[in-house]
Amino acid sequence: MAIFYLFIFLPFLSAILVPFLYKYFNRLVHTGWFVLLAPLFILIYLLQYIPSISAGETYQYTLSWIPSFGINIVSYVDGLSLLFGLLISGVGVLVIVYSIFYMSKTREALHQFYVYLLLFMGAMLGLVFSDHLLVLYGFWELTSVSSFLLIAYWYERKSSRQGALKAMLITVIGGFGMLAGFIMLIMMADTYSIREIIAQVDVIQNHALFIPAMLCILLGAFTKSAQFPFSIWLPDAMEAPTPVSAYLHSATMVKAGIYLVARTTPIFGGSSVWFWLVTGVGIITLLYGSLSALRMTDLKALLAYSTISQLGLIMSLLGVGSLAVYFGPSENGNLFTVATFAALFHLFNHSTFKGSLFMVVGIIDHETGKRDIRYLSGLMQVLPVTFTIAMIGAFSMAGLPPFNGFLSKEMFFAAMTELTHVSAFGLDRIGLIFPVIAWIASVFTFVYCMIFVFKTFGGKFNPEKLTRKVHEASFGMLFAPIVLCLLVVLTFFFPNVLGKYILIPALTSVLPMMAISSSELKISAWHGINTELLMTIGVVALGFLLFKTAKRWIRPFRNYPQTLTLNHLFNKALPSMEKGASSLTNRYMTGSLRHYLSYIFAFFVMLLLGSLLLNYGLKFDFSNDASITLFDIGVVLVMLIAALTVLLTNHRVVAIVALGAVGYMVSMFFVIFRAPDIALTQMVVETVTTVLFLLCFYHLPKLKKDIERIPFKLNNLIISISVGLTVTLLALSANGHKLFEPITGFFERAYELAGAKNIVNAILVDFRGFDTMLEISVLTIAGLGVYILIHQRSKRRKHDETE
Amino acid sequence: MKPNNVILQTVTRVAVFIIFTFSIYLFMSGHHQPGGGFIGGLSTAAAIVLLYLSFGIEKVRENIPVDFKKLAAVGVFIAIGTGLASIVFGQPFLTQTFGHVDLPIFGDTELASAMVFDTGVALAVIGTAVNIILSISEDR
Repeated sequence: MAIFYLFIFLPFLSAILVPFLYKYFNRLVHTGWFVLLAPLFILIYLLQYIPSISAGETYQYTLSWIPSFGINIVSYVDGLSLLFGLLISGVGVLVIVYSIFYMSKTREALHQFYVYLLLFMGAMLGLVFSDHLLVLYGFWELTSVSSFLLIAYWYERKSSRQGALKAMLITVIGGFGMLAGFIMLIMMADTYSIREIIAQVDVIQNHALFIPAMLCILLGAFTKSAQFPFSIWLPDAMEAPTPVSAYLHSATMVKAGIYLVARTTPIFGGSSVWFWLVTGVGIITLLYGSLSALRMTDLKALLAYSTISQLGLIMSLLGVGSLAVYFGPSENGNLFTVATFAALFHLFNHSTFKGSLFMVVGIIDHETGKRDIRYLSGLMQVLPVTFTIAMIGAFSMAGLPPFNGFLSKEMFFAAMTELTHVSAFGLDRIGLIFPVIAWIASVFTFVYCMIFVFKTFGGKFNPEKLTRKVHEASFGMLFAPIVLCLLVVLTFFFPNVLGKYILIPALTSVLPMMAISSSELKISAWHGINTELLMTIGVVALGFLLFKTAKRWIRPFRNYPQTLTLNHLFNKALPSMEKGASSLTNRYMTGSLRHYLSYIFAFFVMLLLGSLLLNYGLKFDFSNDASITLFDIGVVLVMLIAALTVLLTNHRVVAIVALGAVGYMVSMFFVIFRAPDIALTQMVVETVTTVLFLLCFYHLPKLKKDIERIPFKLNNLIISISVGLTVTLLALSANGHKLFEPITGFFERAYELAGAKNIVNAILVDFRGFDTMLEISVLTIAGLGVYILIHQRSKRRKHDETE
Repeated sequence: MKPNNVILQTVTRVAVFIIFTFSIYLFMSGHHQPGGGFIGGLSTAAAIVLLYLSFGIEKVRENIPVDFKKLAAVGVFIAIGTGLASIVFGQPFLTQTFGHVDLPIFGDTELASAMVFDTGVALAVIGTAVNIILSISEDR
């Protein structure tokens, strides 16, 4: 068990070491070589699971975190999480190898880059292996944060910062929606565990919150997987270094939404809303992405839109596959099981060919200094190996044999045409729309794949358009894309090896209710002449025609006005939203501490006194109170005098001393009531705060001599009296109620439980140690905040003086 | 802060050691008697502040070359570290334990992992308190 967590948290552990390795060894060895070990070990470790997982076993591990609240890091290894785990670690290895040659050892801040990358890898692994909904959410947001850091890696560029911000805003808003959906799920099923929720699916489906929870969770999935209309962040995310684009923004992170949809299919699949939303949004995204990719001249932007479109394809397949849940184990159900199978297959294929294509763009960028197809042509002569890789990747994406994309594209067409034969969900009337859109989008996909390959590599080589002398990339840089291309080809020839060991176990966890046999789900390249094959031939024929005539139609197409894009809408909406928010905030955030204090106290009174009165909480019981001694009265009198002195004096030092006297009198009370720990603390705190006050007063303006009295303010009087009243009433009524058994009994056992005779300290460090830990963390952060604020200010002042 | 007060300096020379000793006593006795990491740390901070008040920042900084920001961070690190240590032993995060050990001079002594955690608390409190007071006093 511990071994599993050691491997899953290995990225985090190695992230701690990276800055030190960078500091001491980077001059000798590229830091990436050390970082490479983490995904390599994880990959080797996860590979060991394949035999038992494919035999139908699953594993569950629990790491106790806060067991008293049921929050534990519960990990679940099944086919689906293993498929993602292998992708994350496998692509991770290749991307890091690639980055070692892509990122300069001397010019780049490698320690930051690899810390962010490892942070992402750990978060992503935690996400896919988590069975606990809230833990999953935590890792989900961590992937957004690390993606933000990686996009903004070249933070000197404005476009990087803006792209990072946009990605963060959109994915985090979706994440919040998802959290709301998770909470609804937890309320419905009364458990945090995804598997226990799946077991209670009958209860959930008839619950009033079923549809709201589904919509919220889909919002999270669609924003993360860049589905229409949330897709606008992905093209801007391409400001990140290319290894990051290849890893996060095509192979792994954007597939987290797909993972979530696949994971929750057993819960929500079978409902018509789910089918229409997932399939509909998926297929619209497919069309939108492939059309937009055609407009792009930047190779990376082209790939970004093509990623959006391919993600839409996988999403729509998952939607169609959810029909299997609707039909159950029957002939119809088995037909749609194939759609989910195709989704998982294409997910794998997309990671291989898109990963290699991104690396190709990275190589072109690295060698020529240009990424715009208007400047590039004829690179085939100078970059022959890169050309081969690009051709394999792009042809696979276009759905041509003998590459793996052909197989999954055929299965995609098959699934879409199958929809025309279904009578559920009103599909008998408009089911035909799906295969038609799928076919049109595939034609465009074919065209942009051809543009990608032949505009860049075909034609005449024009060295004068380029700033550098071009030569083939080093072997280290070519290694990773070559491995991916080998996978593309090998998957075509031996698809059933992958199917049997990885895809079918994954399918079993997406559709646990179906009886899935590996003999029925054979992937084969040749099915005879059928609709799918004819569709593919049509795609190639029309696509080829369009590509040849591209010169005539592509220019007006590219000149499609920017003002009509979603991106433009977002860019316009964001500043106006910021403006509105700040004008609203400025109305009450006046910058005056007195105003803030009066807000705080007014709300304090309203909430506490209000709830005390509304809930009939005013009940006094003086029978158990201690008797009042003369000594108590004396202490109270001193406090009163001291407090009045603070109010009436017009000398600051007197006010401070009087305030200190109030504090010391309070600690006297602690002594009387036999609480030496608190009395001691109060005294030391009083001492330190008095020093702090004296220091702060240095900065305040002197009280003006001519103002003898501070003008009387009615508002302040009302607030102060009502605060006093509230606290007194609250304290008195607290004694009058006995709603719960007192928990003193537990603390009195401090010696046997914690070995401490001092109960207060036992509470602080043991029983409620978590609180203390977070308190000192907050304290330290606050201290650093004070330091930074003051030093920034004095630095700026010095800066102003020198100018 | 650059005072030149002979009486204050003379008293401080003696008083600081008494306060330091008392703080260490408070810290050590926290397990069974009044005291603990928070109070111990805070009274140590008070002693250091007294030193600053009477001798000035520069002089104290020469003699106590400690970066209090780092001290606070080290404290938090120790506290979280004890939490993580319990995970290594297969217990939930932040599980504290204690045992009795027979030491050569002290005899039967109780050792508690809470003590390590408390050290972290004390360091974080000293670091933060001194850091804030120093920052504000340096801002002229």
